[in-house]
Amino acid sequence: MNEIWRMIGRRLLLGLLTLFVISVVIFGATELLPGDLARELLGQSATPETLAALREQLGLNDPAPIRYLNWLWGVLHGDFGVSMATKKPIAELVGGRLGNTLFLALYAAALSVPLSLMLGVLAALWRNSVFDRMSNALALTSISFPEFFVAYILILWLAQTGLFPSMVRITASTTFSERIYMGFLPALTLTLVVTAHMMRMTRAAIINLLASPYIEMARLKGMSPLRVVLRHAVPNALAPIINVVALNLAYLITGVVVVEVVFVYPGLGQLMVDAVTNRDIPVVQAIALIFASAYVLLNLVADVLSTITNPRLMHRR
Amino acid sequence: MEKQVLLTIRDLKIEGRSGDAWHQIVKGVDLTLHKGEVLGLIGESGAGKSTLGLAAMGYARDGCRISGGSIDFDGIDLRAAPEADRRALRGKRIAYVAQSAAASFNPAHKLIDQYCEGPVVHGVMPREKAEADAVELYRRMRLPNPDEIGFRYPHQVSGGQLQRAMTAMAMSCRPDLIIFDEPTTALDVTTQIEVLAAIRDIVRQFGTAAIYITHDLAVVAQMADRIKVLLRGDEVEESDTRSMLAAPREDYTRSLWAVRSFARPALPAATGTPVVSVRNVTAGYGAVDVLKDVSFDIHARRTVAVVGESGSGKSTTARVITGLLPPRKGEILFNGKPLPPSFKARSREELRQCQMIYQMADTALNPKLRLRELIGRPAEMYLGLKGRALETRIRDLLALIELEPDKYIDRLPSELSGGQKQRIGIARALAAEPQMIICDEVTSALDQIVQEGILKLLDRLQGELNLAYMFITHDLATVKSIADEVVVMQHGQVVERGPKAELFAAPKEDYTNLLLSSVPEMDLDWLNRLLAARGEHA
Repeated sequence: MNEIWRMIGRRLLLGLLTLFVISVVIFGATELLPGDLARELLGQSATPETLAALREQLGLNDPAPIRYLNWLWGVLHGDFGVSMATKKPIAELVGGRLGNTLFLALYAAALSVPLSLMLGVLAALWRNSVFDRMSNALALTSISFPEFFVAYILILWLAQTGLFPSMVRITASTTFSERIYMGFLPALTLTLVVTAHMMRMTRAAIINLLASPYIEMARLKGMSPLRVVLRHAVPNALAPIINVVALNLAYLITGVVVVEVVFVYPGLGQLMVDAVTNRDIPVVQAIALIFASAYVLLNLVADVLSTITNPRLMHRR
Repeated sequence: MEKQVLLTIRDLKIEGRSGDAWHQIVKGVDLTLHKGEVLGLIGESGAGKSTLGLAAMGYARDGCRISGGSIDFDGIDLRAAPEADRRALRGKRIAYVAQSAAASFNPAHKLIDQYCEGPVVHGVMPREKAEADAVELYRRMRLPNPDEIGFRYPHQVSGGQLQRAMTAMAMSCRPDLIIFDEPTTALDVTTQIEVLAAIRDIVRQFGTAAIYITHDLAVVAQMADRIKVLLRGDEVEESDTRSMLAAPREDYTRSLWAVRSFARPALPAATGTPVVSVRNVTAGYGAVDVLKDVSFDIHARRTVAVVGESGSGKSTTARVITGLLPPRKGEILFNGKPLPPSFKARSREELRQCQMIYQMADTALNPKLRLRELIGRPAEMYLGLKGRALETRIRDLLALIELEPDKYIDRLPSELSGGQKQRIGIARALAAEPQMIICDEVTSALDQIVQEGILKLLDRLQGELNLAYMFITHDLATVKSIADEVVVMQHGQVVERGPKAELFAAPKEDYTNLLLSSVPEMDLDWLNRLLAARGEHA
């Protein structure tokens, strides 16, 4: 067990290092964006004097490394700075949106992970059957359409008929069940988009093992096909499955911009799009860093889970 | 008194698919097995032994199908019975012990969980009783720490112990019949004895009938009441073990018996500077020393056989000589001059002088290259041959390994048999015109008759080209046939070394003695005598 903690510690440190590198890249990338913040903020009313004053006030005249360090120092203290466009603290702006995005991601994950694992196991069990081919074809079809197209189709079928709302309006007073109801279409869209990947990986990981001598042994012990797959193949296929699930969960947090825009869902993705449009650099930086952390954290969790499920790593000789 | 018949197979035909075509693997074999009887199935690889053994469970591997004949197990027609009925028999009344227990135990579950699965799922006994039963059988199989060993994962247990645990698992439902599919082939000789004795005892204790599949005649002689010889899916002959050993009727059977007739007399001890001299080498990986103070010499035109169990450091020694693993201490002398420790620091000329032939010719040859390139490349690289000279050289080499150049020069490795592939491995080593060749278990993956051909070829080449061989093997029969000198290794150290005749006649060390006496002999009572002599038998 100690070894697991040591590994988690090591991976956390590596994760922090990764985040540090990412923060440099983010800062560098936003530096390259064309346009002048002060001019953007003042708009038409800018005079050379006011511009100079604002630049001084925002610290834009400092050299880039100093500004980077100031920004990093703030971030490390939980202070992401102030939004240029709304003049509100970014932490406040992002907080609620992050909650919404996580809610939608968890919602979609709760639908898609069990669904794709189940379909993957069944497809492996009945490989080359009609069921296998159909579920593969359907999953591939849904992943091949662009997300907004899937979203509009769902709106056409399920929102035009009045079953579910096509726009999501979340306020402080929205109850959990209302959130579930309103979030159904975006969550379903995301489910259709990520299921194919996880399902096919699950199927492939299991089928890959079915030629192993220990699977033949289980069959020769008279075990039923379902038991052979669930008890003998799945435990050995967990590592690739966990990794593909983690990758898709990360996508659900960071890749949902289009879906959020279609359903007017007040999540981080939409906020980021708005911020880029408004040249609201501090907001863009903050969100990019949050997305990066989500990736790093989910990969860490996937690594730890893969290790825990592998007895060869958990129980040394 | 005539015993009750348990299994009757009549005119069984099994087909395997290759591409779109089906070809017969088993071509109409009959088999009768009585209760409590042990039948030995022997033959070379591709004889259909395993396929036939699995068919006795009503099972055909993916890509195989039972296409004709009948299988009757205790009144149940296994071909006509629905799959659910067959499944109910498997594990419960007919059990299977696979060749590699290490690969056939599920790495994700503890041994005892895998033991209990059969009895619990088949409804033979509840979990608690099965656990207690497992410990009892582990004890009977003479596993160390029977109370505790079941709670380990397969990777935490050694190969010989796993094989015994697998036999215990096969016994878990007290089946009427067990199929043993080469259960000791992957084990060292010293471990093999323990497993053989344990298997034989438990089969006798429970009166279980068994089909014992192996390619090793000496092993089957210890285990079986009757022996059936198979050749390419056909029965050659069948009779009880004693008369089969004493007087085989068919030529093919006699050829199996006579396989190890090849032996060349050892040459007198060589004098002068050895080609390769291993001097006090200590080497290892990480913090572990795999080799400790290893020294021996190899002279021109002599074969030094390095023998020992797996893990004794044989292959590591080869890695040190070739420079793949620089030693921590000691050095390698070549014709009296020290070689740089790492292959990176050696000159091309130094590299050329020492070539290797590998155990698995399948994986040692690039499947995408034709023989012309496989053999031509070292000749081109080391000797700078080009164009017509290279072509001539490749043809000469093919002729040297007894493959017709016109027919084979443009073939791919996949178009060759196992023995032919190994010949290509030899030709590739010869292409560099070395003084010394390291043969790492080169015959272990081959059938005995093919082995003999390879050994004869190596012997002839040694005489013609004045080669020094270092022959790594765990097979003492091979050592007997070709070695001049023997180096016995254990735990990374040289236990004993000397001329073959002396070492075999009068081993000085206990370990050498143990190793030599563990080689199965073609004698019905060999195992009994040996166990009695060692005082292990109850």
